[in-house]
This record gives sequence, C-alpha cells and structure tokens, in this order.
Amino acid sequence: MTVSDSIKRDAPEARPARQKISWAWLGVMPFFIFAFLFLIYPSSTIGVRSFIDSKTHAFTLKYIIDLFTTRYILEAYWISIQISLITSFGGGIFGFLLAYAAIRGGLPKFMRSSLMTFCGVASNFAGVPLAFAFIALLSPAGILTGWLRALGYNPYFHGFTLYTFWGLSMVYMYFQFPLMVLIIAPAIDGLRREWLEASENLGASPFQYWRYVALPILLPSILGTMILLFGNSFGAYATAQALTGGQINLVTIVIGAQLSGDVLGDPGLGYALALGMVIVMALAITGYTVLQRRTERWLK
Amino acid sequence: MRRGNKVWSWFVMIIGILYFFLPLVGTFIFSLKAKLGVLSFKAYANTFNDPAFIYNFSFSAIWAVLTIVVGILLFVPTAFLIRLKVPKFRSAVEFITLLPFVVPAIVFVFGLVRTFSQPPLLIVNSPALLVAGYTVLSMPYMYRAVDTGLRAIDVRTLTEAGQSLGAGWGRILFDIILPNIRVAILSGAFLSFAIVIGELILAQYLVKPAFAPYMAYMIQQKAYEPAAMAIISFALTWAAMGLISLVGRGGGQAQVGGGH
Repeated sequence: MTVSDSIKRDAPEARPARQKISWAWLGVMPFFIFAFLFLIYPSSTIGVRSFIDSKTHAFTLKYIIDLFTTRYILEAYWISIQISLITSFGGGIFGFLLAYAAIRGGLPKFMRSSLMTFCGVASNFAGVPLAFAFIALLSPAGILTGWLRALGYNPYFHGFTLYTFWGLSMVYMYFQFPLMVLIIAPAIDGLRREWLEASENLGASPFQYWRYVALPILLPSILGTMILLFGNSFGAYATAQALTGGQINLVTIVIGAQLSGDVLGDPGLGYALALGMVIVMALAITGYTVLQRRTERWLK
Repeated sequence: MRRGNKVWSWFVMIIGILYFFLPLVGTFIFSLKAKLGVLSFKAYANTFNDPAFIYNFSFSAIWAVLTIVVGILLFVPTAFLIRLKVPKFRSAVEFITLLPFVVPAIVFVFGLVRTFSQPPLLIVNSPALLVAGYTVLSMPYMYRAVDTGLRAIDVRTLTEAGQSLGAGWGRILFDIILPNIRVAILSGAFLSFAIVIGELILAQYLVKPAFAPYMAYMIQQKAYEPAAMAIISFALTWAAMGLISLVGRGGGQAQVGGGH
C-alpha cells in the first residue's frame, strides 16, 4: 500500500452540495409553448377534425370511409404514390451510382467535393425556380426542345409533354438524386477497402463481392434513404403547382385547392385527406430511421 | 476490371453533370433572349427595374431576417438548457424539431389557416403568423445547426467560468455561448434564408407579399423575366450554400432542406 492510497482512504468525505431546486425547465418553456401553438396544435386539429362532422359536430367515420371510396381522392393518392415510387427508386439508384462513382470510382479527388457542393445546392433548389428551369429547357419553346428540333427530332411529336406525369417525374428527379448522394455518401465511405481486398484475395468475383459483402451492408441504408426520398416527393407541392398550374391531380395539389375553395364539397374531407398524408409521411420517416440504424452498426 | 470501372464512373458522372447543368444552362440562355435576335441582359434589367419585384423580394428578405432572429432567440437558449440543465427534455425537443418533416408544408399551412382564422385565434392576417410558420419550417435545420455547434464546444466549462466571474444567464448566453457557436448559427441562418426566400406555400396561402408567389404569378404572365428570376434565385441558393461551406470549414456538415 502506498502513501497516497492511505491518504485517499483516510481523507474525510466532502459534504455533498445542497441540492438546489432547478428552475431551468422554465427556460425551455418558450420553445414548448411556441411548438404547441404553431405546430402541434394546428397539426393535431387536422387529426381531430377528420373525425368530426363539419355540420353536426358529432363524431363520424364517414370522412375516413370517403377517403377510400371517392374515386377522385383515390386517384390523387395513386398518382402521388406512383410519382413518389418512380422518383425515389430512380433517384435512389442514380444517386447511389453517382455517389459510388465519385467516392470509389477512381475519379479525380476534386470530383467528390464538387459533387457534394452541387448536390447541396440542387437538393435546395426546388419549387418555383426549378419548375421554371425545366420549362425553359423542355417546354415546346424550350432551349433543348429547340436543339432537338434542329436535329430533326421533336419530342412533342413522340408523346412527350413536360406538364404531365413523366415530365413532373423528371423535374422531381432534380432534387431527388442529389438528396440520395448526400445521405448515402457516409455509408459508402464506411465500406472498408480491406473488405474488397480480402474478398479479391479469396478469389471472389466483383459480383460475389457485391452480392455477399457490399450490398448486405449498404442495402438497409439504400432502402432507408429511398423511403426518405419517397416522403420527400410525396409531400412536394410547390414544384408541381408551378409546373402544371395545379392541373395535375396530386394529393398535395388537392389539399391546396381545398384550402383556397372547398373543391371536395365538405371541409371535413379536406382534413381527412391531410391526415392520410401525415400518416404516409410518418411511416416513411419511421422506416428511414429504423433502416438507417441498422447500417450505422457498420459505420463506426 | 479497374479500367472498366473508371469508364463506367465517368459515364455516370457525365450524366449527372448534364442533368445538373442542362436546366441551368437552358434557363440562362432563355433569360438572355428577351431582345429579339440578339442576346442581352434585358430580362434582368426589366426584373430589377420592376417595382413589384423589388417590393416582393424585399418582403421575402424581411421575412427571412425575422425568421432567423426568432429562431436564434428561441432555439439557442433551449438547446443550451437541454444540454446543460434539463437533458430529460432532450427526446421531446428532438421529436418536435423533426415534426416539420412529417407534416408536409401544404398540410401544415392547411392546419395553420384553419386554426387561426376563427375566434379566439383570429391572427391569420398577421405577419407574425407568417414568421412563426417560417420559423417552424426552418426549425429542423436551425435547431440542429445550433445543437451541433453546442456539441463541439465545452458548454459546461464555459458556463462555469462565466459564473465564477460573476456573469448572469443572459450574459453567459449572449456574450459567451453565442460567439462560440456563431459558425453553426451562421450556417443555420443561411439555410433558413434560402428556405424562406424560395418558399411558396406559406406566403401564398397567408396572402403576404413574397418572392416565390410573385415568381409563380410571373410564369403565367411573361417568358423571359421569370427565367432571369430563376437564375437570380439559383445564384442566391448557391451563395447561401457557398457561405455555409465557407464559414463551416472543418466540422461542417452537408445540409439539406428546402420547400419542394
């Protein structure tokens, strides 16, 4: 036993400080009051009023039933879901390939940082200006349309229109794939070079490396981010509104129209429509979080 | 295999570059064609000389600055106290700050308009409601930026040092903590600025002057001026992102957001 040990043992315990009552929780109250007033309360009224008859103020399930039986509404959900599936899948695949090419594809180093900057800008460049950028490029009077016409190919003679489903999908891709690049890049960074070398040394083909090593690690992250892209496109309004002038039947557009004038013929139905949207978004965010956590184990 | 790999990488990259730049190049060329037969900056001149543009754009800038100020006043003390004094509220606060991702902007404004357009909460016409709405939309980015900033500094030691030198809470927050996380706050602020300037839905449905609704209106009216506005808007987004990576060198992280 050393001297310092004995001193430590023999030293009298310090008197514990008197527990002070903390008033710090008062300091966070402005935040909670603000959030309740301007976010939680307005959002929860949507949930509540979906179940209240707008005329008799009694509890009702008719709006929820209408949601699943009104053809116009079902169509709106179906088109929103289709466009979100296509742009999240397409944007997800392309974004992944792009991120992989920049990080592991043997391209010059500066490509990676420029790609990240571009993607930061592109994923934030949306709404009205984005819609117009594509109008300037691909409308019948657009620049690219003009170039293609000069080459003897008019896309508008071959069934292409910018203002309908496929045109809008194309525009959505502009903010979808950059988001994929930004979110998936850390996961690709987490793929260790040793794993590729080890599998090569053991005689694995590139296909086997992807099938048994890389994809099982990346897949939850790729799927999770695609789900996030799904939500990103499902909730989009401004781009579609500006591009089509509200002529496309998306859930968000119908909600907007319901807000400016009661197009559904009953305010209650508008709430139910919005509620359905929140539920889809909540599922998407939950799915993303769960899958993202599975990948994080590998990325320490 | 390696060489094939590289060709393939270049191929994907070139498609990405084309997808990214073609709409911008197209818009830019389009914006130069306002004068028949020659390329000119006439559309830009028209835009900047248009009193309605100045009016709407200035209002957007004012909304953005107010949103940033409210955001700082609201989120900095909260994130600070959560970190130092009341960590038990952390998960509740984080849940709330992520809610704007779950509630799409159009649904959010639907709720806002319906809630605040009937007594006793008849404030649907007040600019305060618009700023509050923008603060909510920018919350996920602003709060997280502040929280990331606080994580990078030793909040406890700084606070205790301040206390032993006799500083009160206000002084600790605004003279000690705030300057130490100014980089994080700036990046949150630039992102909020970009979001508010480009945001269509809130201003449109709360019927307030702003840049995006004005541009949406101009798309229906004119051809070349909206192109100039799209380029201006893109330049602003680019500037905001550039400033974020400039102030945030080292420890900065990519930020994503925006009102689609």
